[in-house]
Amino acid sequence: MPDKPRLSREQIAQRAARELTDGAYVNLGWGIPNLIADYLPKGITVYFHSENGILGMGRRARPGEEDYDLVDAMKVPVTLIPGASFFNQADAHLMTRGGHLDVAVLGGFQVSEKGDLANWKIPGSKGIGNIGGAMDISAGAKNLIVCMEHNTKDSAPKIVKQCSYPLTGIGCVNTIITDLAVIDVTKSGLVLREVAPGWSPEEVQAQTEAKLQVRGRVPEINLG
Amino acid sequence: MKQKISPSLDAVVADIPDGARIMFGGFGGAGFPNNLIQALSRKGIKEITAISNNCGTREGELGIMFKNGQVRHVIAAFPGPHSNYFQECYAKGEVTCELVPQGILCERMRAAAAGLLGFYTTVGVGTEVANGKEERVIDGKRCILEKPIHADFALIKAEKADELGNLTYRLAARNFNPIMAMAASTTIVEVDEIVPVGSIEPENVITPAIFVHRIVQAKGLRYAG
Repeated sequence: MPDKPRLSREQIAQRAARELTDGAYVNLGWGIPNLIADYLPKGITVYFHSENGILGMGRRARPGEEDYDLVDAMKVPVTLIPGASFFNQADAHLMTRGGHLDVAVLGGFQVSEKGDLANWKIPGSKGIGNIGGAMDISAGAKNLIVCMEHNTKDSAPKIVKQCSYPLTGIGCVNTIITDLAVIDVTKSGLVLREVAPGWSPEEVQAQTEAKLQVRGRVPEINLG
Repeated sequence: MKQKISPSLDAVVADIPDGARIMFGGFGGAGFPNNLIQALSRKGIKEITAISNNCGTREGELGIMFKNGQVRHVIAAFPGPHSNYFQECYAKGEVTCELVPQGILCERMRAAAAGLLGFYTTVGVGTEVANGKEERVIDGKRCILEKPIHADFALIKAEKADELGNLTYRLAARNFNPIMAMAASTTIVEVDEIVPVGSIEPENVITPAIFVHRIVQAKGLRYAG
């Protein structure tokens, strides 16, 4: 593997934040997606949805401010922004599944060239796995972004021809944002939209099992 | 007026039999009926089927029931990274588990509450969740048949009950509680406070009293982490 710097987890989140627009209703999953709220572009308001029944989550609670009846899906005490609301878990998932949210961002173990997502269980890991809300979210998201590292810790590609891990959903991913690239899932396959600074499309392809289509010059990811 | 208020936690769970199917509210540390769970465990119940989003946080929440070997089968969406006692029981084959996508868990309980015999959904199509389920195509979309989940009892947590059983919830501690209240034959609620009938404004009632059968007041019990 080329010994070149890749984006940090925070930088992946920062790039993903730029996909969010003013007034959007957005669900953020575990892992890198959970960092996105810290990097919202200035001047926009986003209504964060939590599967336990919150719309309009604000920043994390500061020490002394925590209320453990007001937590996000990762059990972290949070705050509210003006206009927030509470509802039950069925209505929370009615929003995810029914296509009411504008954007959902999930973490991933693997994404296939057809946009299949695997993110709830690693084969061979002990235990039964944790599905949580990921299957509802992936089935119903109007725009599903997956944020993850481009390769596993053992350098195996995570963007693959076909997922070998247990699936979360089929044909559900719209965009993949990794530490090496921004990739769109289209009807004709995966299209390389941006590459990490200092990386060429060929070098990114070499880290990817699935074929990446290149249409013209591919710009570098701009975090500014 | 039907008397729904129980004098004690132990009394309110006394007739729940071994082998019962029981729903437990709560998510992310909020809205768990922890006092009821403790009372149920203390009474030495055995062989229950637990329906719950998660499987406890170490000894907390449902954890105590797994630690004491009181659960035979669990239906859950997210057993959780800290469900140590569940994981041990599961590894030893002492507990079986059906994993259900979280929103589908909600809807299957709502179907039970609503007298519906099932519904078709695209959630889980092509995944392990679809194994053994009827699949068909509706309007060009692959979908699977999901059936209702009933329970004999629901143990839930609310903030306030009036003496009739109308409930309100605090912040995000609502989560699964109102759904489970509707889906069980007998719903038992632990609340921070019991207030006189009429002191909750009708438009502020979240769970109407028709779904609540027993009420017990208990000081909130929360587990860290």
